[in-house]
Amino acid sequence: MSDHEYTPKSKFGKWFNDRLPLLTLSDHIVEYPTPKNLNYWWTFGGILTFCLIAQIVTGIVLAMHYVANADLAFSSVEHIMRDVNYGWLIRYFHANGSSMFFLAVYIHIFRALYYGSYKSPREVIWIIGMIIYFLMMMTAFMGYVLPWGQMSFWAATVITNLFSAVPFVGESITNWLWGGFAVDNPTLNRFYALHYLLPFLIFGLVILHIWALHVPGNNNPIGIELKKPSKYTVPFHPYIVIKDLFALLIFLIVFAFFVFYSPNLLGHPDNYIEANPMVTPSHIVPEWYLLPFYAILRSVPDKLFGVIAMFASIFVLVILPWLDTSKVKSAIFRPLYKQFYWFLLADVIILGYVGAMPAEGLYLLVARVATAYYFAHFLIVLPVLGYKEKTLDVPLSLTDPVFGGSANEELTKDQRSNL
Amino acid sequence: MKNNLKLVLIILLFSLNSLNSNSAEKSEDLLNPGWSFKSFFGKFDRVSLQRGYQVYTEVCSACHSIKYLSYRNLYEPGGPEFSKEQAKIIASQFELTDGPNNDGEMFTRQARLSDSFVGPYANEKEATAANGGAYPPDMSVLVKARQGGASYIYSVLLGYEDPPEGMNLDDGVYYNKFMSGNNIMMAKPLFEGVVQYSDGTSATEEQMAKDVVTFLAWAAEPHLEIRHKIGFRTIIYLIIITVLVYFGMKKLWSRIEAEV
Repeated sequence: MSDHEYTPKSKFGKWFNDRLPLLTLSDHIVEYPTPKNLNYWWTFGGILTFCLIAQIVTGIVLAMHYVANADLAFSSVEHIMRDVNYGWLIRYFHANGSSMFFLAVYIHIFRALYYGSYKSPREVIWIIGMIIYFLMMMTAFMGYVLPWGQMSFWAATVITNLFSAVPFVGESITNWLWGGFAVDNPTLNRFYALHYLLPFLIFGLVILHIWALHVPGNNNPIGIELKKPSKYTVPFHPYIVIKDLFALLIFLIVFAFFVFYSPNLLGHPDNYIEANPMVTPSHIVPEWYLLPFYAILRSVPDKLFGVIAMFASIFVLVILPWLDTSKVKSAIFRPLYKQFYWFLLADVIILGYVGAMPAEGLYLLVARVATAYYFAHFLIVLPVLGYKEKTLDVPLSLTDPVFGGSANEELTKDQRSNL
Repeated sequence: MKNNLKLVLIILLFSLNSLNSNSAEKSEDLLNPGWSFKSFFGKFDRVSLQRGYQVYTEVCSACHSIKYLSYRNLYEPGGPEFSKEQAKIIASQFELTDGPNNDGEMFTRQARLSDSFVGPYANEKEATAANGGAYPPDMSVLVKARQGGASYIYSVLLGYEDPPEGMNLDDGVYYNKFMSGNNIMMAKPLFEGVVQYSDGTSATEEQMAKDVVTFLAWAAEPHLEIRHKIGFRTIIYLIIITVLVYFGMKKLWSRIEAEV
């Protein structure tokens, strides 16, 4: 945290700040000391904040024109696409925005995995992040249901049916979720209400996520704790602001290509067919960003254990800070971990791929092996690696490429205790 | 090194996605006459749209509705761009039931520009019953609702063949090499000369199929032209501002890098 006291210049500012220290807060954000060696993988936090706000703004505009009624939802979406001024732009932005949001969040999560950003003292940031991620998945799923196309309807049916796997009360839970005996108008209405609510919960959690970040400050690619502020840090404004802005603009160029030139590439054609409870699509798939979890769900032969495995695959991430026993944060200094990291990334991509394929034959076998590795990575590899792996020498500061001999006594001590 | 990793990740994510879509569609087989609206600056061919409207009205509309299109769309920019007068005349050729009037009775009147396209059947059940149990889908977003899009529909229109030997088809079922399962309940709709183009274009099967699919592509995406136009401007703007911000960033950070 910045260690200088802030006093507003104007008399009114001082009067106000004594009563509500908003100016101190904004000073803190401006001055917030950030490691100067952060690479572009660290810009996705800012990009994600943009995505969340953009989704909320476009979503509120869409909500002004959308009708949450099983008979009217599909045509109200077409009304938005055809008759609302720039409705097509707002809807394509919102629909592709969810994909871009998940693209960014996956990069953000895998950055944290690579550089060990979830480790002490940042466990709480990580856990809040995982809750945000979980809420994002729920929000995205419910949003996908709203256009009331074939995929909307059948995805809702498949996912809500998962709860019927709960012993004894499964059927009652499903009926309670549906508000009836099948996915129908009551289901659509409650999904709409929750789809509107959850983003604001996410927004609140994002504030906590950033607050928790600002206590220890950012991790960095070297993964050592830096004295903040020091010659190794820069103030957030303007240095990090402009860097985040630059990265955001590049992200927006990719985003714009999707919105303007292939707005339906990431969606499923069946969702342009109005929901029909009498016709089941040949092959029900969720949106691409949920495919790895869908693959895990289907790779377990038993329905109940499949559901448990799917939820466990997210929960295992929540307890990751205690599963990874290594004291060294950054994969740069962990030669073995680095290899397993790339295995995990490939594993998740393979899971995503088989999640989109029919659950049979070779695909099912691959899904099972990949699911097994996913859990083994977190439950076996990471705990063991912490004890067995011979890590490389970690430098004492950003300017010392090798272990030993920093001019900064305090930093050296700091680092030793961390090792 | 780091840039390479970034590249690998991006390529992986996108190849994953393209793998998914490639495996699901049979795009390599699909016929593609070269769509004018596909490219970066893609636009609809006005004359083709107008001919396509004619094919739709004279052939397809016997069974297929297109309920999300309104008659006013026919003269709006980016579409077939008939004149407003022409669109009025077109609308007036259709009748629909309106009401109730002040006496509480339903009445029939001519369609107006503000009305949506009048369909051939009163409801989905009637359409299904009249077509041997196969509902002729509404064509408003048909192009977006099929894997392969415009090329797929074009291929199906031209994909009618005699069934291979040994294949027995039920009554009212036809063989189509592009349809999934190769069975289609729709009889071959296009025959050479089934419509008379007023502009002298010869109405070959390929020409009619191309025109009507162009029309359907517009019906599914009536704002495509403005989308391409705004998209181009947006991306140019973003690239320029990105370059400016890049140099601003370099200048700012040069202070920091000099200190070390």
